[in-house]
Amino acid sequence: MSATHTFLDRLEERIANRRESATTPEPSWVTARRQAGAARFEALGFPTRRDEAWKYTDVRRISEGDFALAQDADFSPSTAATLVLPLDAIRLSFVDGVFSAELSDMASLPEGLGVEPLSRAMSTNHESVGGSLGRLAGVEFSPFTALNTAFADEGAVIRIGSGVVVEKPILVQFFSRANAQPVMSHPRVLIEAGARSQATVIEHYVGEEDAANFTNVVSEVLLERGAILSHYILQEASLQDAHIGSLHVDQGRDSRFTSFNINLGGALVRNDLVADLNAENAEANYYGLFFAQGRQHVDNHTLVNHNAPHTFSNENYKGILGDRARGVFNGKVIVKRDSQKIEAHQSNANLLLSDRAEIDTKPELEIYADDVKCSHGATTGQLDEEAVFALRTRGIDEQTARGLLTLAFAGEVMDKVTLDTVAERVERAVAGKLPERFNLGDLVDVATADQA
Amino acid sequence: MLEVKDLHVTVEGNEILKGLSLTVNVGEVHAIMGPNGSGKSTLSAVIAGKEDYEVTSGSITFEGRNVLEMEIEERAQAGLLLGFQYPVEIPGVKNIYLLKAALNAQRKARGENEIPAPEFMKLVREKLAVMKMDASFLQRAVNEGFSGGEKKRNEILQMLLLEPKLAMLDEIDSGLDIDAMKIVADGVNSLRSEERAVLMVTHYQRLLDYITPDYVHVLVDGRIVKSGDKSLALELESRGYEWVLEESAA
Ligand SMILES: Nc1ncnc2c1ncn2[C@@H]1O[C@H](COP(=O)(O)OP(=O)(O)OP(=O)(O)O)[C@@H](O)[C@H]1O
Ligand SMILES: [Mg+2]
Repeated sequence: MSATHTFLDRLEERIANRRESATTPEPSWVTARRQAGAARFEALGFPTRRDEAWKYTDVRRISEGDFALAQDADFSPSTAATLVLPLDAIRLSFVDGVFSAELSDMASLPEGLGVEPLSRAMSTNHESVGGSLGRLAGVEFSPFTALNTAFADEGAVIRIGSGVVVEKPILVQFFSRANAQPVMSHPRVLIEAGARSQATVIEHYVGEEDAANFTNVVSEVLLERGAILSHYILQEASLQDAHIGSLHVDQGRDSRFTSFNINLGGALVRNDLVADLNAENAEANYYGLFFAQGRQHVDNHTLVNHNAPHTFSNENYKGILGDRARGVFNGKVIVKRDSQKIEAHQSNANLLLSDRAEIDTKPELEIYADDVKCSHGATTGQLDEEAVFALRTRGIDEQTARGLLTLAFAGEVMDKVTLDTVAERVERAVAGKLPERFNLGDLVDVATADQA
Repeated sequence: MLEVKDLHVTVEGNEILKGLSLTVNVGEVHAIMGPNGSGKSTLSAVIAGKEDYEVTSGSITFEGRNVLEMEIEERAQAGLLLGFQYPVEIPGVKNIYLLKAALNAQRKARGENEIPAPEFMKLVREKLAVMKMDASFLQRAVNEGFSGGEKKRNEILQMLLLEPKLAMLDEIDSGLDIDAMKIVADGVNSLRSEERAVLMVTHYQRLLDYITPDYVHVLVDGRIVKSGDKSLALELESRGYEWVLEESAA
């Protein structure tokens, strides 16, 4: 029996056990969709290195794993407190995929904003979810999207009404526990941003140091006319976790989507970002940073579809790879015929801190219109030894000098991060994760103090 | 203070310094002049610890310590500081990070505590004023997009903050207009004291009008072939290097 079948059978059995205890039956459309997802996953199977989109990423860590389903959301609040972002935010929390009311804070939502777990949205009014869910992330997209479609039963539903400006960031926290047996979860995130609304959503993946779970998340984002959304993925999962995620964005006229895709954790990480710019003046900005060490593997695939004229996209990804870490960047921009006067820029720069670290980077442009302004480029290099020398001649020890230069490399992307707590967290994480830990924290402080 | 003895240095198989000796005592200002490619920058870079250079024989001591056995950063912490002929641009590293990290490294090496942020800012602002530099330079990446003159001023700014015992200035005057030259010279002169010394490489008498040297050395083909006082620089200015070469060959 193939790994795909074993995996599927086990999962179906476990899901069935869980559903037996459910009080209300599932709506029929959900069942139909699950069946379609499962069938598609079965037909596709786990991707192999022979699949072009998975050429560099081996998923056997997942396909050969035996993952249970979490039975509860028990998590010590004091442990959680050490992991969460110190932000004044609206919080929605999941522990190994299970909703935790205790760790959530959805009190006093502003008028016109809905934030709730998927299970609740479904039981309140499943039809209100049915229209959007799965509209952007079809089962065809990848075996993992199909798998998620088949088994997702929890997640976040965020609905921002027309004209609503949400001041506080909306923080969706995914905690991964150090379980006796590894678990998997298939969370689904749905964000609907009404016309001219404005909000910041953070998906934060974090967990206990010894966690070794598998998260397979799918997020769908619908931006109506003029909506502005900042979206963060801050992935700080444990170094044994497997994290697969795809984010699908549909952009209406005059909408602006800014993505920060920051990956610091995980043993095996794959992110897919897809934005469809469907009407004039829609703009997508993709900023990415990945920092991998040890034997971490981080794969980022991004796609921007310029489906309408006068649309804009801008992408800047930075990768830092140490030890024997492996990174993959594949950034694709497709400009449809008749999508004239579009602008698309893309760049990926990578820094290799060790001889054994590896990066495969591939920017791809497919342009079927003639009046366009496009640029793309990828570079891979090491730290500038002249700069290391220059810093050392000022009395700065070698490790600190290398740390400063590594932070500097990430800086171009981090400067775009408007949430200071996130930027600082990343700076400290990068500084702290450098070989031979050292403290650059006070440098970060002094620069901020002077700017204030 | 600084003792260079019979120094031989090879770069990629070529011998650049061929038995160079030089002594600098505290309180003194030395100028090194010489034709292009004679080894002036090599000398200061070797003292600072640049790794591409191989010292095949000879010695360098600073206050009695064997410099060649010290790490690059240790040399700086001991008070040996090099102002580069071509300061490197360090994108993304703010000037203020560099200054703070450098000052604290020096204090740590001396067993002192880190400087509190307000005190540090006050000190930096004071030094900026001496160099007539705007505070906005602090938030800019080290030397990135700086004009030639601004880069040189930035080098001296670092010196003013770190107060080296021996400042080595490699062509600190090149690329400076006359106003900038005065500012840089004022900065260097403010470092002069009974406890410190300055070693500067230059091609021009002009700088020496502002920073009067006690000694002038002529470096030709890896060796110091003539030393004298400030009048030697004037003579070089009017007569060039030919006569020195002929004299030393004789
Ligand atoms: N990294 C290197 N690799 C090869 N040759 C080098 C290297 N660095 C210096 N040299 C050579 O060493 C010689 C001395 O160079 P150096 O820079 O010390 O000269 P200089 O006296 O400072 O000249 P200038 O007045 O032009 O600044 C030159 O011939 C130069 O080409
Ligand atoms: Mg030189």
